[in-house]
Amino acid sequence: MRRLLVANRGEIAVRIIRAARDLGISTVAVHSTADAEAPHVRLADTAVEIGPAPAGKSYLVVDAILEAARSTGADAVHPGYGFLSERAGFAAAVADAGLTWVGPDASVIEQMGDKVRARQVASAAGVPTVPGTRDGVADVAAALAAAAEVSYPVMLKAAAGGGGRGIRVVEGEGELRTAFPEASREAAGAFGDGRMYLERFVRTARHVEVQVLGDGTDVVHLYERECSLQRRRQKMVEEAPAPGIDESVRSAMTGAAVRLGAQVGYRGAGTAEFLVDDATGEFFFIEMNTRIQVEHPTTELITGIDLVVEQLRVAAGETVPPQSAIPARGCALEFRVCAEDPTRDFMPSPGKLGRVVLPAGPWVRVDTWIEPDGTVPPYYDSLLAKVIVWGEDRETAVRRSRRALAEFAVEGVPTTVGLFVELLDEPWFAAAEFGTGTLEQWLAERKERT
Amino acid sequence: MARHEVVSPIPGIFYRRPDPDSDPFTDAGAHVDADSPVCVVEVMKSFHTVPAGAAGTVVEFLVDNEDEVDAGQAVLVIEADG
Repeated sequence: MRRLLVANRGEIAVRIIRAARDLGISTVAVHSTADAEAPHVRLADTAVEIGPAPAGKSYLVVDAILEAARSTGADAVHPGYGFLSERAGFAAAVADAGLTWVGPDASVIEQMGDKVRARQVASAAGVPTVPGTRDGVADVAAALAAAAEVSYPVMLKAAAGGGGRGIRVVEGEGELRTAFPEASREAAGAFGDGRMYLERFVRTARHVEVQVLGDGTDVVHLYERECSLQRRRQKMVEEAPAPGIDESVRSAMTGAAVRLGAQVGYRGAGTAEFLVDDATGEFFFIEMNTRIQVEHPTTELITGIDLVVEQLRVAAGETVPPQSAIPARGCALEFRVCAEDPTRDFMPSPGKLGRVVLPAGPWVRVDTWIEPDGTVPPYYDSLLAKVIVWGEDRETAVRRSRRALAEFAVEGVPTTVGLFVELLDEPWFAAAEFGTGTLEQWLAERKERT
Repeated sequence: MARHEVVSPIPGIFYRRPDPDSDPFTDAGAHVDADSPVCVVEVMKSFHTVPAGAAGTVVEFLVDNEDEVDAGQAVLVIEADG
């Protein structure tokens, strides 16, 4: 691997270019007309304009990216996250063009991107999935039998539907007898099919994910990340390792993730996402992300391993380090600073920047693409910067995060920084007593108060 | 007859269609109600539908499909009923 094309923009493009530089690999940036002045363009050795501002006409155009690789003599492509990173067709097109794809094979992306097939892989690897019925259930008697097997509380979902219609949570047998016919009738009306899926409802769930790394033969894990603090399914704060998880649960979960990767001969960095039931300590596989994650730096800070460097190394044919050579130390928190206005329901807010002051100092890392007097375009996502903070324990990391975020100042657009400063003062955050619903509940209560 | 300007409430990218495969919301010469959607503005991957704000006849569009618009910028003109 001598010349790497980075098929992305923003902070992750900058991040990947730096890793390539550290390895002595030259880099090619691609960019839309809106990003001509962007830092990833300046940092790369070569840059190619691939189309107009909308991503659908530039960063998502496979042919334009392959042509940029050809014209610059690139021999490898890193997709970053988002955009084309999980499109099996792109991975295949890169390989067909004779280039090295930095990621798992197209067939693995396809397999793990399909919910039903991914569940089959999980069960073949002995990895638990959320207990539920395989097929739709048509009547009350069948529903009662299925619920007894799945165990309460159960969630009823229309077999034919989506979008949350007809979904009901049922606590026990008596309730199911009345709820099933209602839900079934509603589903029949909406979708012309009254059959329902039954699935275990996990009330106090944490979203925990395991980082894996494979070389096509061996798979190792780099511990887990806690990602429960979400708003509308968008993660806002992440940390590694996951607090409030028993050592036995941790080791069972990381083992499950390694088996899952091994089952498909995984090559590259990937993440197995799990739902952890706080009440029972059970964990269930949800899905696998076949790419680098936004929150990967938390893992890097506790392990001292550069995940993007590892991605490039295994793509070039090297092997993964042995599990025994992957230590974990301390705690790392990540805060996603976005150009969104918390006082206006998180309205995305592009614009012209003025002063920009980024935090620094011991054990504070900022992955960003913003610069003083730069422009935040309306075309792409709102992530401005990730502030990642390490401490020898969680309390130290939390205290240091308070210091670091207080240094963060951006003029020109509203950001989510102030919200994080408030969050760090919440006793429930300090005690790590939260689940997937906590952040939205806190935001709603906060709105009531003001 | 009053001239009513529909303004974009947010900065973003202006679209005349709800999605690329659909017909435009409306056209010059067409009649709209106050709550009729007339355009969509996309900002950072989120989409905001903008209503006419007044019942009347569409006179003209002031920006082209896929143009970048600012918050408060007039995007189309309606000749209000009455």
